[in-house]
Amino acid sequence: MDLDYQGHRFDYVPAAAQAGRHPVVVVGAGPVGLATAIDLAHNGVPVLLLDDDNQLSAGSRAICFSKRTLEVFDRLGCGERMAAKGVRWHVGRVFKREEEVYSFDLLPETGHAHPAFVNLQQYYVEGYLHERAQQLDRLELRWRSKVTGLVQHADRVVLSVTTPEGAYQLEAAYVVAADGGKSSVRALMGLESHGRSFRDRFLIADVEMTADFPAERWFWFDPPFHPGQSVLLHRQPDNIWRIDFQLGWDADPVQEKTPERVIPRIQALLGKEARFELEWVSVYTFCCLRMDAFRHGRVLFAGDAAHGVSPFGARGANSGVQDADNLAWKLRMVLSGDAPEALLDTYASEREQAADENILNSTRSTDFISPKSAVSKLFRDAVLQLSKDQPFARKLVNSGRLSTPTTYHASPLNTPDGERFGGCVALGAPAADAPLTLQGAAHWLLRHTGNRFSGIYFAGAAGLPAPQAFPVPTLAIAAKGQGGPGLFEDSEGLFAARYDASPGSFWLLRPDQHLCARWRAFDAQAVRAALARASGRIAVPAAHQMETA
Amino acid sequence: MSARLNVEPNLPDPDGFYELLIETHQDLDEEHSKMLNAQLILLLANHIGDLAVLREALAIARAGVRAPSS
Repeated sequence: MDLDYQGHRFDYVPAAAQAGRHPVVVVGAGPVGLATAIDLAHNGVPVLLLDDDNQLSAGSRAICFSKRTLEVFDRLGCGERMAAKGVRWHVGRVFKREEEVYSFDLLPETGHAHPAFVNLQQYYVEGYLHERAQQLDRLELRWRSKVTGLVQHADRVVLSVTTPEGAYQLEAAYVVAADGGKSSVRALMGLESHGRSFRDRFLIADVEMTADFPAERWFWFDPPFHPGQSVLLHRQPDNIWRIDFQLGWDADPVQEKTPERVIPRIQALLGKEARFELEWVSVYTFCCLRMDAFRHGRVLFAGDAAHGVSPFGARGANSGVQDADNLAWKLRMVLSGDAPEALLDTYASEREQAADENILNSTRSTDFISPKSAVSKLFRDAVLQLSKDQPFARKLVNSGRLSTPTTYHASPLNTPDGERFGGCVALGAPAADAPLTLQGAAHWLLRHTGNRFSGIYFAGAAGLPAPQAFPVPTLAIAAKGQGGPGLFEDSEGLFAARYDASPGSFWLLRPDQHLCARWRAFDAQAVRAALARASGRIAVPAAHQMETA
Repeated sequence: MSARLNVEPNLPDPDGFYELLIETHQDLDEEHSKMLNAQLILLLANHIGDLAVLREALAIARAGVRAPSS
């Protein structure tokens, strides 16, 4: 059952505030901190989560959660609930004045467990994550516990925590700073984010109403109801609609939040007779920036604390959850002694690359939506004008390029391909989902992978190697029409198409489901070498040097 | 190897093209001429379709224009 997640206040528990040594302390119980803590605890690492507040997200804030984020939530045990509550959508439409100039379909193919996106208020995402966190014995959450001091030593971090009862100190082997754009951990360490801020203001109005707009993303440039600026409309659950008005830099951020100013803007869109109630109003500006390095010794930065983007493209919360996805398994392996500490450097390098990709896309969208010079506006308007009749120009219309997960093409954890692979899953990309059957029952590929290194073996006519031959738990898949006892069947042939599978091929997936190695023929020794490499244990495996020599 | 921008004479009727270019702007004020030029650039860039060639053209054009000294 859903609670009033926005209104709920969590009690400070005095007895919990005690010193101690913890493997991991996560700072910030937003979507990124919660996901990191859940991932760790779900996979056996005791974790302490601190939050300076005593409530979940106030206001809907992030609302677009991508397919990849839902897949990560599946792995954490709460994806179904998010997907069921969220409003599914995959079509976006762009209008110039009243005319549709461009539309896109983010998931034109079937055969994925999750839709391209769901719209779901951030307070639901945090509420569901919080309830999942409460199911985990190894996860302790302390509200109203603000980190006010941080000292790094060679073997530990000492944190000062201030509570309503006073301050205390605790020790952590590692600290994950997921405490948002105004990260206090970042400030305590004297670190900064660098980037661009944009001179424009936007108004978010979340309104409750019954309306017959479809569940699509609608974006207007220069609509008659808000001339000269842009407007974005999105549907959320509970008959809540997100309307985002571009206001321009000169708008008064205090005045523009008042109902006297907001209501006429909404009426201009919906008509004077429209019945609606204001749920949440916010005026915001934004920057595209990031920290120079996401790892500082034993402190790892994730989510908005590490990087910030404009909201066009839903790349903030989604990329933050992908930070958590990348970081948790690496921390776990380092803490258990299965990987050297240098594995954490690959968290930084992989996610810094992801942040650069997100910032690039987000900056380009912002420059199109909010042109900063006369000539920039001229070309933007020229594109929009051409796009009505010229298909080529529609590709240039940029109302936000929506979040897709980053492929770690250049990761040192990848074992370079020895053979050619086509399909849509590149080395370093998250594994694509595919429908499978097992003795007639429907399954999804991704739900049988993740949380640990795992293999996928595509069985040929020669049958299967003995299960003990596989160095990692392995999903054996037979071609369409060739399923048998204990074998998953590629019931629609989509696995073979997406992975360019040939009989005997083997894929190695990381605990975060990213593909790190693949071969046309299974070789246990090669898999072990790839496993060592993906765990950061060896830089370049000897076996691979021989292959390419 | 990617193609290079062709800066050798390539227009069969240079005077004819030039006349056409100016005529196309006839009766337009400066604002509308700018819009026409912008659309023309986008159309031609799409036709060329080669970022290396476009990069070269953009660089030559930019080199020929100096930013106003502040």
